[in-house]
Amino acid sequence: MKVLVTVKEVAQVEDEFEIADREIAAQSLDYDLNEWDDYAIEEGVGMVEDGVADEVVSVTVGPERSEETIRMALAKGVDRAIRVWDDSLEAAELLDPSAKAKILEAVVEDEAPDLVLTGVQADDDAFGATGVTLAERIGFQWAAVVNDLDLDADADVAHVHRELEGGVDEVTDVELPAVLTIQTGINEPRYASLRGIRQAQRKELDVRGLDDLGLDGSIADGPLTLTEMYEPETESDATIWEGDAGETAGNLAEYLRDRGVIDA
Amino acid sequence: MSVLAVAEHRNGELRDVSFELLTAGRELADAAGADLHVAVISGDAEAFAEELNREGVDAIHAVTYGDEFNHDVYVQAIEALAADLDPTFLLAPNSVNGLDYAPAIAESLDLPLVTDVIDLAYDDGLVATREMYGSKVETTIEVDGDRAAVTVRPTEWPPAEGLGDAEIGVVDVAIDESAIGSTITGFEEAAEGDVNLEDAEFIVSIGRGIEEEENLELIEELCEVTGATMGSSRPIVDNDWLPDNRQVGQSGAVVTPDVYIAIGISGAVQHVAGMKGSDTIIAINTDPNAPIFDIADYGIVGDLFEVVPALIEEFE
Ligand SMILES: Cc1cc2nc3c(=O)[nH]c(=O)nc-3n(C[C@H](O)[C@H](O)[C@H](O)COP(=O)(O)OP(=O)(O)OC[C@H]3O[C@@H](n4cnc5c(N)ncnc54)[C@H](O)[C@@H]3O)c2cc1C
Repeated sequence: MKVLVTVKEVAQVEDEFEIADREIAAQSLDYDLNEWDDYAIEEGVGMVEDGVADEVVSVTVGPERSEETIRMALAKGVDRAIRVWDDSLEAAELLDPSAKAKILEAVVEDEAPDLVLTGVQADDDAFGATGVTLAERIGFQWAAVVNDLDLDADADVAHVHRELEGGVDEVTDVELPAVLTIQTGINEPRYASLRGIRQAQRKELDVRGLDDLGLDGSIADGPLTLTEMYEPETESDATIWEGDAGETAGNLAEYLRDRGVIDA
Repeated sequence: MSVLAVAEHRNGELRDVSFELLTAGRELADAAGADLHVAVISGDAEAFAEELNREGVDAIHAVTYGDEFNHDVYVQAIEALAADLDPTFLLAPNSVNGLDYAPAIAESLDLPLVTDVIDLAYDDGLVATREMYGSKVETTIEVDGDRAAVTVRPTEWPPAEGLGDAEIGVVDVAIDESAIGSTITGFEEAAEGDVNLEDAEFIVSIGRGIEEEENLELIEELCEVTGATMGSSRPIVDNDWLPDNRQVGQSGAVVTPDVYIAIGISGAVQHVAGMKGSDTIIAINTDPNAPIFDIADYGIVGDLFEVVPALIEEFE
């Protein structure tokens, strides 16, 4: 059993930021491993540790900068990593789910995994569609928003819970091979140990261009064009209490007393 | 030209988002000069079709196969309907189930997909508005080509009302059962916990701004001196710092207290889904641009590690 985990480096915006040319200036962005992918990595690494899987490989579509994030996955126990990049992707402001899935499809063809784990969504663009799009392309079964996973490799089935709205789980059996999109909270992602970080330096990080995968730059010319990016006009009509902590806390305390929710 | 909106139901009931889809679909159909078709698949599809017959709907197609949602059935049914109707735009809810079939059907019909859309316009092509970076920015996306699939964020459009005069048809789709790769074996409700947030009148809710588990003591103390019930955003529960039943939001409790104080919570859409019905919302956050302030009635832009101790002092 081989597991492929898709990993994305995401940008988080600092409190203060500027938008220019449909982009947020680099100095206001902090890069990190996508929160959902952290749980997918843990799930995959756990399968190897439990002897359910033989190998867990991560794949990311991202520029050189994202190697820091990939090393994090390696340090947490992923066996080896693949990074796909091409200058044509750098120029694309927005990769639609289908383009991402086409790139990942080519990697799946090379690697032939039995199980692909993705995050439910990427924290930055929050499309939430790559995993299921990929499943459709490669002819795997799938389940979206999985918060519990029990793999029965002998029976070629994944017993999963899908987290629906309102605290209800759907309990489902998914035939393998499958793509599962992993929800936060499914496990407790580990921190990379010092030993893990050292070992990660020696692990294989294979960089591939689009041509290596039999693709070309036209993949970046998807049907979606980002035409505007702006700060939404605030809909806020909130009364903001001004002052230092003591003053604002005083305002709030007074409000709560007047409102009668506090007895003290 | 037609818009095909796919309704959602669970446990014998249409979900609210289905009626919102009708509004979004009608607006888009008007802008593009198209008819609005609605598909309702599985469950008591015929009864659902009657309920979906609201003003502005031109035709409803009820596919009576199966009970609850199964993405393979949905994909096959929509493929069959699309072969017949040739829809220009496919609309689905941006719900957990929507995310389980919309990307697959978009890919199989070769439709560009835009998810979690909060506004739609048509100007010789589809223009969708959606958020990025945790609601800190909005973007507009133009779709090249004539067709698209879109998932629509719940509660962004008002529900369609009034009795319509749609043509209702029952469609017999031959579902290929050998192609169904997932089998739903049941549903599980989250276990009941120590408190019922739904009944609480005064909630103090804590988010990732608390940083460390040890720091939760501060919030516990605040709850003690004020008599508030403690809730939280998802990351706190994901970290096992608080039990599941404390989570407020789309996948947790939907609460309606008199007063809800959100501390160190950014106001992600999935959190807001669980607390926007609170009578008064008060936010404490260091980031003046945090989306939580958009729905707050009162706010403090400040560091919770300064404001909360001062607040505790007020009540001691
Ligand atoms: C399918 C799905 C379902 C989900 N269901 C839920 C759900 O039910 N409930 C839920 O909550 N989320 C849910 N989420 C997750 C949601 O998208 C957000 O990730 C989550 O709500 C963020 O939690 P947060 O606001 O605590 O953290 P963040 O977004 O990280 O925000 C932390 C906030 O704290 C502020 N802050 C930091 N330090 C301080 C300080 N010292 N003083 C004051 N403020 C500070 C920051 O400015 C920031 O605004 C779901 C997501 C998905 C995809």
